[in-house]
Amino acid sequence: MNSLVSIFIVRFIVLVLVQILILNHVNFLGYINPYLYILFILLYPIKNNRILFIFLSFLLGLTIDLFSDSGGVHAAACVMIAYVRPVFLKFSFGMIYEHQAVKFSQVDFGAKLMYMSMLIAIHHLVLFSLEIFSFSKTILILQKTIFTSLFTIILCVLVTIIFSKNSK
Amino acid sequence: MQQILNFIIRNKTFLLFLFLFGVSLLFTIQSHSYHKSRFINSANFLSGGIYKSSNNISQYLNLKSQNEILAQENALLNAIIYSSNDTTSTFVSDSSKYGVPYKFTPAKIIKNSYALTNNILLINKGIKDSLKQDLGVINSKGIIGIVDNISSKYATVISVLNSNVNISAQLKKTNHFGSLTWDGESQDFIQLTDIPKIAPVALGDTIVTSGRSAIFPKGIQIGVINDFELDAAENYYIINLKIFNDMTNIEHVYVIENNGLAEMDNLLNPIDE
Repeated sequence: MNSLVSIFIVRFIVLVLVQILILNHVNFLGYINPYLYILFILLYPIKNNRILFIFLSFLLGLTIDLFSDSGGVHAAACVMIAYVRPVFLKFSFGMIYEHQAVKFSQVDFGAKLMYMSMLIAIHHLVLFSLEIFSFSKTILILQKTIFTSLFTIILCVLVTIIFSKNSK
Repeated sequence: MQQILNFIIRNKTFLLFLFLFGVSLLFTIQSHSYHKSRFINSANFLSGGIYKSSNNISQYLNLKSQNEILAQENALLNAIIYSSNDTTSTFVSDSSKYGVPYKFTPAKIIKNSYALTNNILLINKGIKDSLKQDLGVINSKGIIGIVDNISSKYATVISVLNSNVNISAQLKKTNHFGSLTWDGESQDFIQLTDIPKIAPVALGDTIVTSGRSAIFPKGIQIGVINDFELDAAENYYIINLKIFNDMTNIEHVYVIENNGLAEMDNLLNPIDE
């Protein structure tokens, strides 16, 4: 149990550092920065204390906000996906989730991709809506959401494949 | 009472979600209004320290281009010195010795940002270097932004590439002035609004700071007019400026302090008795 907790603490710190020191400076095509740090929320164990999970997500978002001077946009987006996560788990994994037996290293790749994509899209939509904060720029919000989501999804999938334990 | 408690216990996850979401929204809204005291900003020892040590490594990557920019600035300053050094004049004005109106503090940007809609930079000078809120930040090519939050060793700077920024600017050849804003779309262009229709606006004209807000001295370069159009009411121009600074590649900047600011404030806003 203790080793599991320390794994999550290390994962938290490494993801935050990678995000603020490297990924926030990618600026692909001028404005596209992948937000890899939400992998922490995506891969958090299913069997969890929801209160603690939502609070940790808030803390993660707030840390990113602290470093990127963005007010509370990352915290809001993280809390949102942490709260709606069970709905999407049920939608993507169906019966296995009902039996509380989902392990992210063992599930079907298609279901995992769908689960990740939907949560990432929601996160980015909330993030950019709050960051731009203007109805008159809806097209800009959607454009940023779509392109950044694509980039984040690709990166998240790559990272999960590279760091998966069951190498064949 | 029992029912209320039961309700809270039953919906504790949802209530926690609502509470934390509300807190984040509050932070977001505060960050959108200019100069609200904010808890969440990168001018603190933790993020400042991390950005400083990462900048210590990454500064070598663009050493060459930064050196070129500094050399260009030296050339410009040399040109000003030698052209104003009139050896035939024997008149020495003493008043220039003690009445220095502006104080320049060199600083270094340790976190640059330009891809968001509200970009905020971090510089390595703070209260210990006698910086204050609301000082202007420039470099050799033009304006960079305005100092916002400040800690003992670091300060955040609202970049001109920030949709909340509002800086007074004017045409270089006449005194018609307006305010600078950014629409959040391109890092090369910012917008100048409220220039009256009567002003002789032409493509390629230079825009400089107006000195009206006393944050920036008058005449600091901003950019050239790229295109312009009248607003919906056809009274004012909306001008698209191409800025001189490449905001994606800035490192050495100067913080300007106007020594006459308190005096000007007293004159403009006399205390009612």
